[in-house]
This record gives sequence, C-alpha cells and structure tokens, in this order.
Amino acid sequence: MGAWFEGFKANAGAWFEDFKATFRLNFIEDNRYMYLVNGLKNTLIITVFAALLGIALGIIVASVRTTFDKNEESMRMRNKGLYIVMKIANTVCKVYLTVIRGTPVVVQLMIMYFIIMASSTNSVLIAILAFGINSGAYVAEIFRGGIMSIDNGQFEAGRSLGFSYFRTMYHIVVPQVIKNVLPALLNECIALLKETSVAGYVSIQDLTKGGDIIRGRTYSAFMPLIMVALIYLIVVVVLTWLVGKVERRLKVSER
Amino acid sequence: MNDNVLIKVEGLKKHYKGGTIKALDGIDMEIRQGEVVVIIGPSGSGKSTFLRSLNLLEYPTEGHIYIDGADITNPKVNLNRHRQKMGMVFQHFNLFPHMTILGNMTLAPVKLLKMPKKEAEQMAMELLERVGLGDRAAAYPGQLSGGQKQRIAIVRALCMKPEVLLFDEPTSALDPEMVGEVLDVMKELAKDGMTMVVVTHEMGFAREVGSRVVFMADGMVVEENDPQTLFANPKSPRLQDFLAKVL
Repeated sequence: MGAWFEGFKANAGAWFEDFKATFRLNFIEDNRYMYLVNGLKNTLIITVFAALLGIALGIIVASVRTTFDKNEESMRMRNKGLYIVMKIANTVCKVYLTVIRGTPVVVQLMIMYFIIMASSTNSVLIAILAFGINSGAYVAEIFRGGIMSIDNGQFEAGRSLGFSYFRTMYHIVVPQVIKNVLPALLNECIALLKETSVAGYVSIQDLTKGGDIIRGRTYSAFMPLIMVALIYLIVVVVLTWLVGKVERRLKVSER
Repeated sequence: MNDNVLIKVEGLKKHYKGGTIKALDGIDMEIRQGEVVVIIGPSGSGKSTFLRSLNLLEYPTEGHIYIDGADITNPKVNLNRHRQKMGMVFQHFNLFPHMTILGNMTLAPVKLLKMPKKEAEQMAMELLERVGLGDRAAAYPGQLSGGQKQRIAIVRALCMKPEVLLFDEPTSALDPEMVGEVLDVMKELAKDGMTMVVVTHEMGFAREVGSRVVFMADGMVVEENDPQTLFANPKSPRLQDFLAKVL
C-alpha cells in the first residue's frame, strides 16, 4: 500500500512537473499567452460588430420580405409603382438569402478578402463585413419567421382600427415578435462567435489562429488547442447562461 | 332610421385564380344609418368575404365601395382614415395579447385620434362598465373567457367612435353558454341606433334585431327582406332549402 502510494506520488509529481513545463513553454515563454489574448480580442471584435451588422441587415431584409408578402395584393391594386419597386427589392433579398445560405462562410470570407476587398489591408474589417453579411441572412430568416408566426388576425385588427401597415407593425406586431425571436437571436450570436474561428484562412490572428501559432512555435498541440477550446467554451457558456436568463425574464412577463 | 346612406356597394366582384373561383359575383347594396343588416347564407357563400371587403381587408377584383360618398376602392382615397370610421369585430376576437384590456382599448384612440390618455381611459372604463367588465381593465386577454374577449373586442371597436360596426361571425368561436352575453351587447348597440352589418348563423338574432336580412349564396345576394317576411315567407328555393336546414 505504502509503496504503491509512493509510486503514485512520484508519478503524479513527475506528471505535474511535466505539465508545468509544457504550460510554461506554451504560454509563459516569449509571452506566448499574448497570442491568445490578442486572438480573443480579435474574435470578440469581429463577433460583436458582425452581429450588429447582421442584425441591421437582417431587419432590413426581413422588413422588405414581409412587407411584400403581407401587402402584395393591396400594393398591386392601389400603387403599381410601389409594387414594382418592392417586387424588385424582394427579389434582390431572396437572391441574397439563397447565395449566402447556399455557400460556406469560409468561401464567402475568402471571396471578400481576395476578390472584393483585395485592395484593403484591414483584414479585421473584411472579416466583420464577411461575417456580418453572412449572419444577416440567418438573422433575416429569424425575424421573418417571427413576424410570420404572429396570427394574421393581429394585422387585421390593427388595420381595421385604422392603423397603417407600418404603425400596425410598430404598435402591435413587433412588440410580440421581439419577445419570440430574442432567444433565437442570441443563439445566432453564439453560432457566429464559433464561426469566426475560420478567420485564420485570411491571415487574421483570431483566437483559433493564436493557438495554432503557438502550436507551430512549440511543436506541442495538446496544450494550446485545449486552451483555445476552453476559452471558446467559457465564452459560450456565459452567453448561454445569459440567453437562459433573458428567456426566463420574458416568461415572467408573459401571461 | 333615416335615408342617410353610409355604405354603398356597386357591382362588387372578387375572383381568385383568374376568375375560375368567384367568391363574390356582383353585389350591390346600400346600408343606411341606423340599419342592422344581417347577412346569412351557407358556408362558402361569400358572406365573410363581402363583409371583409367593406373595409378592404379583402381587395375586390371589380366594383366600388362608397363610404360617406367616398370611393375607398380608389387608391387616392385615404383608406386608413375611412377604416377608423368602421369598427370591426372578428370571429377570433384578435385582441392584442401583450397589452392589458385598457391598453387594447386606448391604443387606437390615443395614437390615431390623438385623444389625451386620461380621456381615452375614462371612456374605455365607461364602456367596460356598460358591458359588465369594469373590474377586468388591468387583466390581459389571456386571462379572459371567450365571451369576455368578444365583449372587449366590441368595446375596443367602439372606442374609435365608429359610424358603423362590422361583425364577422362574432359568436361562431364561442362556447354555447357564452353566445348569449355577446348577443346581448349587440342588441344593446342596435337599440342605441348603431349601424351594424352582421354576418352570423344566429337566426334568432337576425329575426329579433335585424332591420334587414340578406341571404347570400354562391357570391350573390339571392334574397333580401325584412326579417319577418324573409323567415316566414322565403321565395327562392335556395333560401327555403337553407332555412329548412338551419331552423
């Protein structure tokens, strides 16, 4: 028993010494942890601004799509010019949704970097644009689904009282939609955070790339990659906890 | 009742799928101030479509609808302004679930008629008292029974001080024991001289309250008359057949 324990202690001690050495090699020496710190900073910057751009784009696209769907007949009967403009806008939105949702985000990012914005050197800005435009398509469908899930009777009640379409949306529909889509929206942000891990393809030093650079320097894969995974996990868990909190808050005010 | 025509319908048609389906096939009608026009007919006869056309929730394919002399099918006419004068009560109530009863009732008068909030709330409370729901002002629609919801929907429409109320099968989604309370409110309104157009299956209501009953079938007005004559002495075979089934 005693001998076994001594052996275990020696082994564990050796393992711990080894762990400390690899840790020092990967993170402390040459201040390598800064790759992760700066990487996380870039990842968060890209995520936050891409999410804002995505939400803005999503609101615009969802508005065009639902306004057209809900008013197609009345516009055709009452305002031919507006009908044609909206039909074109609606088609543009549909093409946008199809292209963005039908191609991989890495390819979109590379097209943005190497073709569309080839003259720009601000790669973080390029990533924000690429991920924001990508996210916009998904956010648009979240909003559209939210609006379409509201019973048409709510629109009709608003219109029959004399509200215009937009005031019906503003006073009656949107307040109900926000409640329904907020959880899905926050989940989209979480997905976006993880998707930005491909930013390394266009030489952006995000969190993933930071870990990969360390791996390249130290020739040890385990420690940097597990650390990267752990950091993503912590951020996602915190965000998920926030989603849950918001969801519970919304439930309380629901009757 | 006087001869002041509130709503005039001319040659109203509603076709779907390039004319293969004719929901409305040429309807002419005049609705005068103070009249209670009850529209009856088998399902699919177009009576709901007709009612919903009156405030353009359905767009007619052809024909004209004049409200106070203004043709609302003309794109240049301010439709929202005219809709304010026509209250509508739906089969499924369509109360706004995220607002209190008082919020439901005061939203439109405050935002559209620019009525001061205090005044709107006072008016809403008076109306709520009248339909016996004064104690539910702070409740949410989800907390009410169907009959209560429909009574709220009626007074919500009344808050806009409309010239005419349109009822689209107001009791069809209610449990039988709640039909009476809603019909009572409607009878009160009729007695007060409110102009009403009512699509309903309640023949008792049509007979008792209607100043005119219109029988529709296949998108057309087949027969119309005062309720006594129409129910006692139906002329067309379609109406005789219909009445034999429902009475």
